Order: sequence, then C-alpha cells, then structure tokens
Amino acid sequence: MKIHEYQAKAILREYGIPVSSGIMIEKAEQAREAYQKLGSSVVAVKAQIHAGGRGKAGGVKIAKSSEECEAQAKEILGKTLITPQTGPEGKKVLRLYIEAGAEIEKEFYLALLLNRESSTMMFVASAEGGTEIEELAKTHPEKITQIEVNPMIGFRSYQARELGEALGLDSSLHSQLNIFCQNLVVAYIATDASLVEINPLVVTRQKKLLALDAKVTFDDNALFRHSNFQNLRDMTEEDSLEMEASQFGLNYISLSGQIGCMVNGAGLAMATMDVIKLAGSEPANFLDVGGSASEEAVTEAFKIILKDKKVKAILVNIFGGIMKCDIIARGIIGAAKATQLKLPLVVRLQGTHAKEGLKLLTESGLNLMTADTIDEAARKVVEASRKQAA
Amino acid sequence: MSILANKNTKLIVQGITGKTGWFHAKYSLDYGTQVVGGVTPGKGGSLMEEGNYKVPVFNSVKEAALKTGANATVIFVPPAFAPDAILEAEAAGIELIVTITEGIPINDMISVKQQLARSRTSFLIGPNCPGVTTMGECRIGIQPGNVGKKGRVGILSRSGTLTYEAVHQVSEQGLGATTCVGIGGDPIHGANFIDILNRFKDDPDTQGVVMIGEIGGSEEEEAAEWISKNFKKPVVSFIAGATAPEGKRMGHAGAIISGGKGTAQGKMEALRKAGVRVVDNPADLGKTMKAALAA
Repeated sequence: MKIHEYQAKAILREYGIPVSSGIMIEKAEQAREAYQKLGSSVVAVKAQIHAGGRGKAGGVKIAKSSEECEAQAKEILGKTLITPQTGPEGKKVLRLYIEAGAEIEKEFYLALLLNRESSTMMFVASAEGGTEIEELAKTHPEKITQIEVNPMIGFRSYQARELGEALGLDSSLHSQLNIFCQNLVVAYIATDASLVEINPLVVTRQKKLLALDAKVTFDDNALFRHSNFQNLRDMTEEDSLEMEASQFGLNYISLSGQIGCMVNGAGLAMATMDVIKLAGSEPANFLDVGGSASEEAVTEAFKIILKDKKVKAILVNIFGGIMKCDIIARGIIGAAKATQLKLPLVVRLQGTHAKEGLKLLTESGLNLMTADTIDEAARKVVEASRKQAA
Repeated sequence: MSILANKNTKLIVQGITGKTGWFHAKYSLDYGTQVVGGVTPGKGGSLMEEGNYKVPVFNSVKEAALKTGANATVIFVPPAFAPDAILEAEAAGIELIVTITEGIPINDMISVKQQLARSRTSFLIGPNCPGVTTMGECRIGIQPGNVGKKGRVGILSRSGTLTYEAVHQVSEQGLGATTCVGIGGDPIHGANFIDILNRFKDDPDTQGVVMIGEIGGSEEEEAAEWISKNFKKPVVSFIAGATAPEGKRMGHAGAIISGGKGTAQGKMEALRKAGVRVVDNPADLGKTMKAALAA
C-alpha cells in the first residue's frame, strides 16, 4: 500500500527522523494561511500524488510570499501530472503539501528496502541525490552503495561510518547519520514497511540532516496488524476495478491490450498473458481467480472483465486440480448467461474432469469456442478478437 | 527413489482442525500418504474423525513428533500465526516443513528465514506454495493427485497451477514425474531452486528437470550459474511474466520487476547461456523434455 509524502513524513517524524514542518491543503484558498502558519519566508508547494518525478512534471514549486504560494497552489491543484511513474494517462493533483523551505548544501539518495537475495533489509544510498535511482543503477552502478541490515543485529555505527564515507559526508556528520539510519530501521520494522525512500536526503547549511522528500510503502500482507493505516489509503489513487476485484478475493491488474483473461493461479495467469502476446495480441488484464475458483468468483471475474471497454474477446484458462473442471464449467455457463455475454469467448479446461467440463460447455448453447492447449486457446482468442474489432 | 518425501514419510498437519487443513489431510490420506497426526493448540487429545478417516490431534508439534514419529509437517495456519507454526516445527526438529499459507508479512519471514538458515534439523519449503508430491507415494500440500503419472522427470516451480500444467504435459508425453516441488511465490521463502536441483541431481530416478520460474528476484539467474557448473541432467525451463509491466505485483508477492531487474528476458538469457532448454511457450514444456531425454 502506497501513501502520500505528507503522510509518510508524519510517520517518520514520530520515529525521530528530521523532516521539515508542513501543512496539507485541498483548496487553493488554504494556501495563504498555510504559508503564514509555517512562518518560513520560503516554502515548497508540492503536489501529493502516488508517483515520483513530480518536480520535472511541474508538480513542485517554490514560493516566497503568501500571494505567490496561493498562485502556485491554484496552478498545481487540479492539474494532471504526467511522470515516468504515472503512465501516459497521468494523475490528477487533489492535495498539496506546503512545506517550510530548507537551505540545502548537499543532496543524497537513501532508501531502506528488502534484499531478497540475502533475506535481510538493505540501505541503498548514493551521493547523487534527487536523481532517478533506477537510471543511475543502469548507467553508473558504482555510484550506488548497498549496506545490509540484519534485523537480529540492527544497524551498527560502523555501518554508519561506512555509509558516510561512501557518500562523501563530513565525518562530523557520521553520528547524525547513525541515529538517522537507526531510527529509519526502527520505523521500517514497526510499520511493516516494504520501502522507505528519502530522495533527497539533504545536509542543510546549519549542518543538519533532513528528509526533504519521503516515500513509504507498506507490506500489504502486514496490514492486518495496522488497522490505523486504513485511514491513510487514498481511494482516488487506486484503480477502481482492481479495488472491486480485491473485494471478491480476485487478483486483477488492468493492462492495455484487448484480450480479457481469466485464469486460476498467478503463474498460469502470467503464462497466459505471455502466450497471448506470442499469438500476436496483448492482454487487457491479469486476473487470477485463485487456485480453487468458485462459481461466484468466476461470475464476478466476468463482470469485472466486461467493465473494461477495451476488451474485444475473452480467454478463460483453467487448470482443474482440486477444483474440478465440470464445476468451473457450470460457473462459466452461469456467469456468461447472467452477464449476457456478447463477446467471443474461448475456454480451455485441463486437468481434473476436463472432459466432463468441455461437454457441458459445448452442450450449453452458448456461443463459445473450446481448446485443448494453452497455445491453441490463445490463437483462437486472438483471431476472434480481430474479427470482433473489424 | 525420489526426493524429499516418499512412502515412509510420516506427516503431521498443523492447522488440521481448520476446513482447508482437514480437507487436504483427507486428500493426502486417499493418496496413500501416512498422515499420522495433526496439531491445533488447545484441541490436543481429540480425534479428527469422518467416515474411515481417523487422525489424532495434539497440542504441540513436539508432542505430535514424540508420539507419532513424524518427520514432516504441512502448515495450513492463517498468516498471522504461520511464522510461529514454522518456528515451532523447527524447534521440534521436524525434517521437512512445508508451508502452504499465503500472505505472511515479509518482516516475519526475514526472522523465520534467519532461524531456518542455521537449523541443523529442518528444511523449509514455501510459504505460499502448493507443496511437495512424490508421485504415487506421498502428497504434502494442495497439489491435485490425479493430473500426472509416476515417471522420470523432476518438476520444480515457483507457481502452483503451472506446476500441474508441467506434470500434465510430461505425463501426456509418456515420461511421467518423480517428485513435484513448488517452492512458492513469496519474495522470502525457504528452499530455492538450487537446493532442490541439488537433490534432483542425486536422485537416480530423476533423469531430467522441468524448472518453472517467473519474474522478480534473481533465483533463476543464480540457478543458471549453478546448473552450468554442477548439473548434467537436461533442464527444460519456462519463465512466466514476459509481458508483465514493471513495478506491478503480478498476483504472487514475489512476482514484481523493480528497477529493471528480475525481468523474464534476463532470466531466460541466463538460463539459455547455462545450456538450459528455455521454451517461450509453456505448451512446449512436455515435448521439449521428451526431445531432450531422447537426445
């Protein structure tokens, strides 16, 4: 689960991590008051969206008076920002964070995240602050420092010295960096974060470390022990179909192609997308109905796929295991009738009771095609989608 | 021969009094597995009974192991309690711990993994996996027992239904499978590809391995390097997620491409370089293995 910068900073502040003071506003009229309350001659007006790259897209401005602050708030609020992380459709700005300005001497990149290879946490840092770390990792991997943190040992001061040296930080700041990182580790574990990114981390002219920007992502699997985080969820940032699907235990991700797919199991769902591509088209979605798909889940899955107007044909690929194919076939027939399905439908059933399932489908009177292999199914659905589009 | 489990394996089920735990306990009994007991704290001393099925329930893994001689456990405990269940099984010295539970918090798994890595007794498979099945002998987990035949190909996968797809295909080709191992779709899990390949290497019945990977992480790349140095049997591989967009979690918590790393293309390339027969289309897994074994 992603949250906004202003929410992330409120959390980091609780764990003793230095952040500037700031005020979140939703209306441009609130900008003057926010400016005055902050009591800082220079403020930053920052768009709050769940995507990085805001600055370059015009989502972050500097204001030196309350009038300027209001003018910029008017300009940014309601604007659609397009950044490399938003996709081509962009994201509309509904909230701003007005933040006290800082006098910056140096900028760094610092993040704490999971290291899958060693099953520990790790700091990733670079002296090139404010840049796209993914880009830097490709072009100058030597400029990135990684420091593993074993949760049983914690972050140690020798690691702070190592990190400080790698960043070219004056040694008088090493103990500040040590406390900064230790607090970050505590915050990361206590909130069950999967990513804390401070980009940039700055040294101010007063020789203080400060988190100038902050991005925190929580581990979805751990949300059950943080019921208070539900208030931090911004529904306007979520894909409505993905949210709807999750309520029915379906795993749905919308994509840009024309073939709607419904599959049981995440791996097979990805494989089905890949085979659609090999057959010359693109999937409209990833949809995993779960290893043991019920009739209800299948019906809801159809409804969700049909809400996506890009879809020209549907492919159902089910490998029956414990859940028998004849039961799934009944679900498909019921769902196709209930949703008055008009689009071409290709069904591939394999595994337990596949023959019985296919028989039910062919005798159902529904206008559908069946297939034996995943390959054949993909070719049929791509051909059908072309006819439908023509 | 086979790996990890066979007809002598004595299995207990942690969470046997739950609906899913009991369903799969019965299914495994039907398969011929020795399900010798179950564990649900607070329900010890009772008996799970239904028709001809009778399985004693114990309060702790230690007690169950002492009284039944169990050497394997399968965990069907909800995510909030599953880390505890794994650690309890390790503390009791159970050799094989198979965790089916999906949705365990990552930070919990970091701690669990630290403990399992220094365990002298136990080997963890999963979490978020379909389990281990040695064809015709022992079923631990949730794999369907009827989609394949006993034979000579080892199956190894990060995904559930793709595992069944592979078993089905090698059986259709008349090859059949030895042991099918799903290592799970979470970013932090017990056994990795190399751990399992290492066991297939020493199993005389396993003549080739189908290895199914997916986007995210670098285990396939590490396995590729290991295979090129250590593994002589033919390996046929498919990597799911070539069309997945970057930064999106594709169902499995571990299936995500981040910072341009963990792509299907990168994994396929590494495996091909190691001499693995990588198929672009998962429908070709069985045929390709047949050709590889005939070569």
